[in-house]
Amino acid sequence: MDDEIIGEFLVECFEGLDRLEQGLVVLEETPDDTPTLTEVFRILHTIKGTCGFLDFSQLETVAHRGESLLSLLRDQVIEIDEEITDALLATNDAIREILGTIEQTGAEGTHDMAELIATLEALSARADHAGDLADVAGEADGGDGDSDIQVAAEPVEVEAEPVEVEPEPIEQAEHVEHVESVESDGPLPTEDQRIGDVLVEDGSAARTDVEVAAAEQSLGDERPIGRILVDEGRAERADVEAAAAKQRSAASSSIRVDVEVLDGLMNLVGELVLSRNQIVQLAGLDRNVDFAAPAQRLNLLTSELQESVMKTRMQPIGTIWNKLPRVVRDLSNQFGKRIRLEMEGKETELDRTILEAIKDPLTHMIRNTVDHGIETPERRAAVGKETEGVLRLIASHEGGQVNIEIIDDGAGIDADAIRRLAVEKRVVSAEQADAMNDQAAIQLIFRPGFSTASSVSNVSGRGVGMDVVRTNIERIGGSVDIKTTLGAGTSFKVKIPLTLAIIPAIIIRCDGNRYAIPQPSIQELVRLDENQRIEDVHGAPVYRLRDRLLPIVDLRSELCLEPSQLTSGSNVVVLNVDGRSFGLVVDAIDDTEEIVIKPLGRTVRDNPVFSGATVMGDGSVALILDVTGVAVSSGVMNAAAAVEAEAALERELASTTQHDDRTILVVGLNGGQRVAVALDQVDRLEDFPTESIEWSGHRQVVQYRGEVMPLADLGPLAARGGSAIDTDERVSVVVCSAGDHAVGLVVDEILDIVSKPEIQRGGDEHVATAVVDGELVDLVDIAEILASAGIQIADHVSLGV
Amino acid sequence: MNSNDNGRVLLCTFWLDDLLLGIDVRDVQEIIRSADITPIPHSPPAVAGLINLRGQIATTIDLRDRLGVVPSSDDEDVPSHVVVRSGGEQVSLLVDRIGEVLEVGAELYEPPPVTMRHEVADLIVGTYKLTDELLLVVDVPRLVDVAAATTEDAA
Repeated sequence: MDDEIIGEFLVECFEGLDRLEQGLVVLEETPDDTPTLTEVFRILHTIKGTCGFLDFSQLETVAHRGESLLSLLRDQVIEIDEEITDALLATNDAIREILGTIEQTGAEGTHDMAELIATLEALSARADHAGDLADVAGEADGGDGDSDIQVAAEPVEVEAEPVEVEPEPIEQAEHVEHVESVESDGPLPTEDQRIGDVLVEDGSAARTDVEVAAAEQSLGDERPIGRILVDEGRAERADVEAAAAKQRSAASSSIRVDVEVLDGLMNLVGELVLSRNQIVQLAGLDRNVDFAAPAQRLNLLTSELQESVMKTRMQPIGTIWNKLPRVVRDLSNQFGKRIRLEMEGKETELDRTILEAIKDPLTHMIRNTVDHGIETPERRAAVGKETEGVLRLIASHEGGQVNIEIIDDGAGIDADAIRRLAVEKRVVSAEQADAMNDQAAIQLIFRPGFSTASSVSNVSGRGVGMDVVRTNIERIGGSVDIKTTLGAGTSFKVKIPLTLAIIPAIIIRCDGNRYAIPQPSIQELVRLDENQRIEDVHGAPVYRLRDRLLPIVDLRSELCLEPSQLTSGSNVVVLNVDGRSFGLVVDAIDDTEEIVIKPLGRTVRDNPVFSGATVMGDGSVALILDVTGVAVSSGVMNAAAAVEAEAALERELASTTQHDDRTILVVGLNGGQRVAVALDQVDRLEDFPTESIEWSGHRQVVQYRGEVMPLADLGPLAARGGSAIDTDERVSVVVCSAGDHAVGLVVDEILDIVSKPEIQRGGDEHVATAVVDGELVDLVDIAEILASAGIQIADHVSLGV
Repeated sequence: MNSNDNGRVLLCTFWLDDLLLGIDVRDVQEIIRSADITPIPHSPPAVAGLINLRGQIATTIDLRDRLGVVPSSDDEDVPSHVVVRSGGEQVSLLVDRIGEVLEVGAELYEPPPVTMRHEVADLIVGTYKLTDELLLVVDVPRLVDVAAATTEDAA
């Protein structure tokens, strides 16, 4: 058997099966969608016909059974429902399975289709109860009610199929397929449905006539549309032939190309880019004008070629989304949910390899949403939502990235439930879990070993968790983030760079080696002059960039080398990860170059700070920095948030505007608890070395501006009798004053400044809480602290040492 | 252990200190006398770095580290690279000296001796008893799988 023929057969069948699947899901919703029904029938019909020709008898049998059922639907003898759709989808799957075996081995192999066939037969048997079969074909009014229709002249031809093994009563009533013998001279087009469009466009036939002809077909007329129209006198033969010719030429304006060929092309272009880089480099050094011009031309041509080849690999995201209606349908049925899937941005284009890479993660996230995110109709009704849940997929381009959002209006993610599960699964300890705020707790679902399925469901629980999703997405340079509101829903946002293989990058040097930093991550390049220095804020190096504080990472330290001297003249690359900026100190900054990303081998693929490598113009190898990886491994992102908050505080304190006396400062205490203090009671933020803290009686105090200032440590550790102060070398203190007296509130980090927060007062007028981010935060009253520290305003004097 | 019909095998051999190692010639893509190795920070010690192999980037594995061979003090020789294909990728193995291509017969084949250090034994498929020495046949897939080894050691 000719491999090429089988190969083509397989390609066509798989494509047809995709359309079949989509069509079936649509039909279940809108059973009277005649064009879809016709298409679905036609697909199965074609598959069946070709299998017989290629001698794939099992395949043929299954396709035949499915086709029989479909023809009953087409003739409106029976109506489509969930059971039938399930059976037809199962048929689709079975055909896929057999095709898979053919693809692998060239032969059908053996597959147990007995159950499926029995089901299909049983469903077809419904027709027995649906009325007189013999009349169906001859009905003048095919249930359509359109009296214009002259039902096709041919009577039902009951032809026993030569390969048919099991004659069934139903079969005989079918409009059995037979090869069209066209009586008139000359060929007529085979792509009937579309020719109708061409004819209408050309003005050769009226839209209504075409629709009538199509309706006739769906009632069992086997003639091609062109033929029907000519026979009915609704179109001229010459026009129909012209339309057919048009169709054929339209069909040949695109060709099928083996994906491997395209990949090979892509690789070659990659190599060309490398050579081009070398030549351009040499041309730059060579003063020879004769060389410069062709080199420049080569440069331009290579860029254009690169762009064109990239385009060949771009495919709309719809190609992977098209499978989702079925997935959502099946899962919804499985879990007893009702879900409406809305997709926006299907035409957003992505590189083929990216599509491959995100297919599974996306499917997994959707499975999670259907399984855990959206509630059952009963629960939804109980909380006042519509029983049908909505799952929205939105894809769009933004800058050099593609954004994909998965939004549901389900139950949201319960941070407490996550905390409990995380502790149960030993992902974190109970203390760590308690110490986390809700946002951090929700991020736990991305940890390995975490799965929210309390029982291993065979859909989303088994071994594949959100950690794999995140890893796969990050592996291609993307990111995934999650926002959720308990009770209202969840949204996943996936960001992916548009093209993988060739990117512009800035080359930097560190310890004599060159590294590439992808340009999209770079915000700006800064060189420190004498006036600027890297400062130290609570142990973290920070650089004041205009009026923002930028946390600094020393690349040398990150690469486990001797730390850099952070002095003036240092080169800083300001990077941006997820909206947060930080500065990377490097030895030197070279040029911008277009580099070809070569993936790291399996052995080193999961390196935390490098995402690939490239060959430079001179043949040396340069590693490509993974900016997110560097941010994570240096811990700068955590520092960044804290630094920003502190900077904000400083700005507030420095400003001379009167604060609304309800503006509060939210701080985190050692041990994770949060409290707030009225901002107008705050003087400044200080930090002290631990050694400077002394004991006076029962209280910790510190010498501050010539006076002795008591310290208040409100954290839970302190409450339990311990002191968090000992753990760090320096202690952060928010200096507050009430009247002439100051007290230092020991804090772990500055979190936020909130103006006009909602304040609730408890029964006791001294106890107030603020609502921040939906959480309750205790408002600390300085006078109270002083009092509880045993310091009455009048007693202050006696504390002097 | 694959072999020709007459039970004889062609092995590409090389030295690590005084260890004689061999790989079936059919698995060896090429030998490179010297190459610039770009180190990869934050990678396992068994990974020496990356080399440029005609425009393709190949990971280089330090066989000494893999087999637990202590570097000898007179490390004058520039190491050579034995490039193999494993898992669809090119991987280069850093060795001290390249030996000859030897044809050995199945009758000389023996499983690894029990006295062998386990780091070496784990990565050896079998041995051939030659006149003067023992030729160890390397298990290339296991050798290249540095990640698995790292987790095993850490466990």
